[in-house]
Amino acid sequence: MSSLAQSDLLPVSPSAASSSGGVLASLRGVEKIFGNSITALAGLDLDVREGEFLSLLGPSGCGKSTVLRLLSGLSQPTRGTVDWSNGRPELGFVFQDPTLMPWSTVFSNVWLPLRFRGVSRTQAQARIDEALDRVGLTGFANAYPRELSGGMKMRVSIARALVTRPALLLMDEPFAALDEITRTKLNDDLVALKCALGATVVFVTHSVYESVALSTRIIVMAPRPGRVVAEILVDAPLPRNEEFRLGKFYADRCRETSQALHGAMESKPLASAQKV
Amino acid sequence: MRLKKQKIIELAFPTLALVLALLAWEFVVWFEAIPPFILPAPSLILETLVTDWGTLYGSLLVTLRITFEALVVAVLGGVALAMLFAQSRIIERAFFPFAVIMQVTPVIAIAPLLLIYLSANTAVLVCAFLVAFFPILSNTALGLASADHNLLDLFQLYGASRAQQLAWLRVPSALPYFLGGLRIGGGLALIGAIVAEIAAGSAGSGAGLAYRIVESGFRLKIPRMFAALLLISLTGILIYLVLTAVSYLLLRRWHDSARGREA
Repeated sequence: MSSLAQSDLLPVSPSAASSSGGVLASLRGVEKIFGNSITALAGLDLDVREGEFLSLLGPSGCGKSTVLRLLSGLSQPTRGTVDWSNGRPELGFVFQDPTLMPWSTVFSNVWLPLRFRGVSRTQAQARIDEALDRVGLTGFANAYPRELSGGMKMRVSIARALVTRPALLLMDEPFAALDEITRTKLNDDLVALKCALGATVVFVTHSVYESVALSTRIIVMAPRPGRVVAEILVDAPLPRNEEFRLGKFYADRCRETSQALHGAMESKPLASAQKV
Repeated sequence: MRLKKQKIIELAFPTLALVLALLAWEFVVWFEAIPPFILPAPSLILETLVTDWGTLYGSLLVTLRITFEALVVAVLGGVALAMLFAQSRIIERAFFPFAVIMQVTPVIAIAPLLLIYLSANTAVLVCAFLVAFFPILSNTALGLASADHNLLDLFQLYGASRAQQLAWLRVPSALPYFLGGLRIGGGLALIGAIVAEIAAGSAGSGAGLAYRIVESGFRLKIPRMFAALLLISLTGILIYLVLTAVSYLLLRRWHDSARGREA
């Protein structure tokens, strides 16, 4: 499988510079209650900055995925606001499962977002080929999802999210079900893609190492009710290589993040959650 | 090479078992000298099938036509109603009890009533339709409701219309379920047609295979009864094979049910 990273892609500006870009979206005082009783999020304040790779890290039930759904517009906050500085940008969403249509070929799956916009098969051809090239699936257009490995299916899913050239990519634990080797490869490829496209990424994960390796900023969340407990800047340029993952800077950030996460898991539920 | 050998063995055993059973039947009839009006030998049944082909063939066509028409109406009605159910839960709740009542009431009990209201031929058709309809409806409704939730989210995210959601997501998701219902419905349509015709048989207007069986019974033409029975069985097998082939052709590229597991 060829790499997503093309050598002619420019390594984009260091993360610190890009993450200090303008605010793309801001969530203020967001509360999300499911079915009158389960408080998924309480009093959440969060900014998504333009060009950053933002990871939402936390244990199960801390509302990470809910934040993504709020950003995508699939779900509305019970209280509070989700504001966009320039209106909701073009979005790409990658789920935990590849979420492909098994009855359609790779081509048709990637075509889907364009098809909704009335782009014909022929008109879409070039863009689909480009998206498949980017994720290293050149030549697989006519395969069915069944015929692909787990990692390849995830690549198709990413290609589908990229085909509309989104400014904001929302990813909900996309590689959680993959093996370590495939996962590392896809992580590297994802960062390269993000740099090449200049997109903003919001990435949900419960892996400390993954979050530090990928992101320019990490938001650590705690459950019951879902809230932000820590913010960690990973002030190193993207893309990063194997050397980065073996260095002290990485190890230090991992320790820092890990401690923040432990704190999150031990923290007492907020008073407001007691009534739940 | 090995696969071929396995295939031959797979076919050889059932065939051998069938041939042995027929030979045993033939032998018992011959050895015990059982008269044909009690139990005819397989050879005599085959002979009757040839000599009485004129009458039986006409009846076969009648039964085939009723079964086919009932199945077509059941498919159209079942799929249309399932799609209606998919649009609104209120509609589904309101109408589903009717479908269940139709399903749980044995068709043989409804047939005499239908014969009062309808002409014999129409009554038989309605009975066959009634039994074939429900599995197609319930399976298709289940299939339409079984679309992947993440895919539904994805469709919503990209602003898909209801029609697009139905055509590109719900209908393909429902296809394997529908085909399963169709296979059951196909077999049931034949059963419905036969049962209803037997109920109508005393009214004396049917001319399908079931009527032939009843008529041959009255006349003690037992070999002809068996010949008609054989044709009914063959019809059922044919329906099953055709629908299985259709299902395979539609699903073989993507659905687990139509693909062999890798060893």
